[in-house]
Amino acid sequence: MSATGIGAPVRRKEDQRFVTGQGRYVDDFNRPGQAYAYFLRSPHAHATIRSIDTGPARTMPGVVAVFTGDDLAADKIGGLICGWMIHSKDGSPMKAGPHPALAQGKVRYVGDHVAVVIAETLAQAKDAAEAIEVDYDVLPAVVNTSEATKTPVQVHEVSPDNSVFNWHLGNKDETEAAFARAKHVTKIDLVNNRLVPNALEPRAALGEYDFGTDNYTLYTTSQNPHVARLVLSAFVGIAPENKLRVIAPDVGGGFGSKIFIYAEETVCVWAAKKVKRPVKWTADRSEAFLSDAHGRDHVTHAEMATDENGKILGLRVHTIANLGAYLSTFSSSVPTYLYAPLLSGQYDIPAIYCEVDAVYTNTAPVDAYRGAGRPEATFVVERLVERAARELGQDPAEFRRKNYITQFPHQTPVIMTYDTGDYGASLDKALELADYKNFGARKQESARRGKLRGIGFSSYIEACGIAPSQAVGSLGAGVGLWESAEVRVNPTGSVEVLTGSHSHGQGHETTFAQLVSDRLGIPIDQVSIVHGDTDKVQFGMGTYGSRSGAVGMSAIAKALDKVIAKGKKVAAHVLEASEGDIEFKDGKFGIAGTDRTLGFGDVALQAYIAHKFSGQDLEPGLKEGAFYDPTNFTFPAGVHICEVEIDPDTGVTKIERWTAVDDFGVIINPMIVEGQVHGGIAQGVGQALLEGAVYDQSGQLVTASFNDYCMPRAMDLPSFQIGMTVTPCTSNPLGIKGCGEAGAIAAPPAVINAITDALGHEDIAMPATPQAVWRAVQKRMPVAAE
Amino acid sequence: MTTVSLTVNGQPVTADVDPRTLLIQFLRENLRLTGTHVGCDTSQCGACVVHLNDQAIKACTILAVQADSATVTTIEGIAQGSELHPMQAAFREHHGLQCGFCTPGMVMSAIDIVNRKGQALDEQTIRDELEGNLCRCTGYHNIVKAVAAGAQAMAQKPLPQAAE
Repeated sequence: MSATGIGAPVRRKEDQRFVTGQGRYVDDFNRPGQAYAYFLRSPHAHATIRSIDTGPARTMPGVVAVFTGDDLAADKIGGLICGWMIHSKDGSPMKAGPHPALAQGKVRYVGDHVAVVIAETLAQAKDAAEAIEVDYDVLPAVVNTSEATKTPVQVHEVSPDNSVFNWHLGNKDETEAAFARAKHVTKIDLVNNRLVPNALEPRAALGEYDFGTDNYTLYTTSQNPHVARLVLSAFVGIAPENKLRVIAPDVGGGFGSKIFIYAEETVCVWAAKKVKRPVKWTADRSEAFLSDAHGRDHVTHAEMATDENGKILGLRVHTIANLGAYLSTFSSSVPTYLYAPLLSGQYDIPAIYCEVDAVYTNTAPVDAYRGAGRPEATFVVERLVERAARELGQDPAEFRRKNYITQFPHQTPVIMTYDTGDYGASLDKALELADYKNFGARKQESARRGKLRGIGFSSYIEACGIAPSQAVGSLGAGVGLWESAEVRVNPTGSVEVLTGSHSHGQGHETTFAQLVSDRLGIPIDQVSIVHGDTDKVQFGMGTYGSRSGAVGMSAIAKALDKVIAKGKKVAAHVLEASEGDIEFKDGKFGIAGTDRTLGFGDVALQAYIAHKFSGQDLEPGLKEGAFYDPTNFTFPAGVHICEVEIDPDTGVTKIERWTAVDDFGVIINPMIVEGQVHGGIAQGVGQALLEGAVYDQSGQLVTASFNDYCMPRAMDLPSFQIGMTVTPCTSNPLGIKGCGEAGAIAAPPAVINAITDALGHEDIAMPATPQAVWRAVQKRMPVAAE
Repeated sequence: MTTVSLTVNGQPVTADVDPRTLLIQFLRENLRLTGTHVGCDTSQCGACVVHLNDQAIKACTILAVQADSATVTTIEGIAQGSELHPMQAAFREHHGLQCGFCTPGMVMSAIDIVNRKGQALDEQTIRDELEGNLCRCTGYHNIVKAVAAGAQAMAQKPLPQAAE
């Protein structure tokens, strides 16, 4: 392993600019003559708009323009789309209600977009928005996930009962048969709490129109700028793709929330031509809470059947998934194909059946948030497994081990074929690092101090490397999920790699350069990674679902193979040898069995000057592209163990130890991978202990600021003990599985399993706040409460 | 409009501003010092932390006119030419950042912690003192390591702040 190659903990190239304040995020861009947009949002969760009077606002100081949904409609600007078609089990297509960028006649959640004011300054735009008079006919709202289909309130005309779809996966008859012969059935009711992603950089957009060239440019906080351009061109109708440039520069975290195409960037880029000036919008945090797509929000009943030996026979699950007021870009895929196919977990379960009711409510749209469906599935499986082990009086670690899949490839009853893994190895290592054998002594020691200590396991699996295009196409995806790469070698041997992936914290400028350095034998400083600009990178599907390593880097590897193959042809001419005798190793092209070699830079120069070969026999230049479509999902998996101590007097839960042992396949940069695990755990612990988006019955979001929505802070978390096991992925050339979501998937059940272990009963909802835990303690010790 | 005069990263600055202009707006929009960020609107996240007369403050919570005559140091003002401040170097060395958005505020807060608490910082002290800074990426694990290491490095190599 070289100091900068695959496997080395290379310090990040991008950090020089970030630690010196030279990062360039969307709000840091300013264009000559720019005006500022401010969106008037609905204060009501559900209302008919009788009229909007923008007249008084238009005369306010500094106002450039005021637009409503009628103006968008007059320009034939289409609504926002959901790109994944789900069919109900009766074969009918999902019921997709209209999703205009600015409301047309109705608002459906607090924060819905009613009008936009564009003014010389943001303050003037805000002042003018106050002067817009909207006559609302306020309607009753539905906010509660499990009530959505039982109310006369109707969010969309297309769905009288607020059902988006009633979908299922698995074999119902086989599952029922498994339950019929079960010795024991474990049942659980779960709420997977609604979360607000809260990337630290709020969303932003800066639209610009060039009258000379008829070209639009949109700077936007996107995880996938090409997908944004495709949607804004083909569906919204802003401009053809060749006339629309989308730039996603440095982006301050995404976690899913910046995958989607939102109203604000749509309006800003459209309005730039209308007002003949660049139009800039940056969300404040309150707007982010109201209008960023939220995550999770499932209500689930699940049952697990076991035989007399504690072997799992079957699993049946019913979930109600709240998709909010509109179908966001990929929302329909999250509680379906990103959820139910993960219900087998790490376990050999012969029969699984899952039914999902997706519903509309008068709340913000819900879409992918770190893990997207997989945390929800893991929460179901790992809470059930833990409970089953307790009910059967078995050690939770050994109960898991007994049911682990041990033969690969393994076909689950819910679509997935796991290629490789060694779940027992991860469990062994985690038990050792967590000092599980001495847990009993630590529990006694806590008890002596009047504290309750508990331990919780989570054996998670996720499906990453999203995804084989044919497979997702057959499941309803509107796009393919390959990735592209272009490797441009300059005449002096330095390299630019253009990738369709996007980095918003993942460190691609470093890890992708490590791959190039490793393969071409050139210093990492001679490699630049270019991403996030549709005028530079031809096309790409972006970054989410831990796909940038497994899919994006595989595309780069494929392009590098082509570069090396072309380099061999050039070297053969220069060295006057036959191409078959040229080998490439350690950064040099040479004649096998001789000491005659050419450096990579020499070959690059020869490729461009083209003096040593006929341009008719061999094209000059050294630039290769590749599209890589994976053959399977990847299956990172691991074991996380959480140990907590609860103060029964205050209900405060303190995480005493966190052990994570993950199998991510081949690792490019262990420093970055561990950082991803840390961050994921923090978000998972946040969900389990602190975070929860709460709407009141009228549909007001009562957790709409950092004062009210409890984000994890440094003092809420421990340091984490991280271990790795490695079984290389067999479905991509690099053996990478992906690591971005693991912590967020693993953590919630580990925390709740630890708390319920400490409390000695099973009933605690997320977030397990001190108040909730204190109440549970009182339930456990009713005498103490008196 | 009101006139404000202050020193930012060692440079005297005078400007006419709308009296409601926040210091963070003044830094980002008037001076185009965009290294200091805005992550919230309730003074919770700490992405906007700068030093005002050598003390960490949230630049979203003070008007530009309140900084009249003051000395302000931002993330752009702490390196010595191409040499990073020890705390900046520690964040890079210990992977104390991912997306980089909270980083300027974290670094400015961290330097302030060292100034107030000394250079031997234990983990609990660092975690408690970072109460005013949110990070969504790192889980704080490596930030804590970076602050401890940066504090040690500041002890070995005290650097005057550019604004002084």
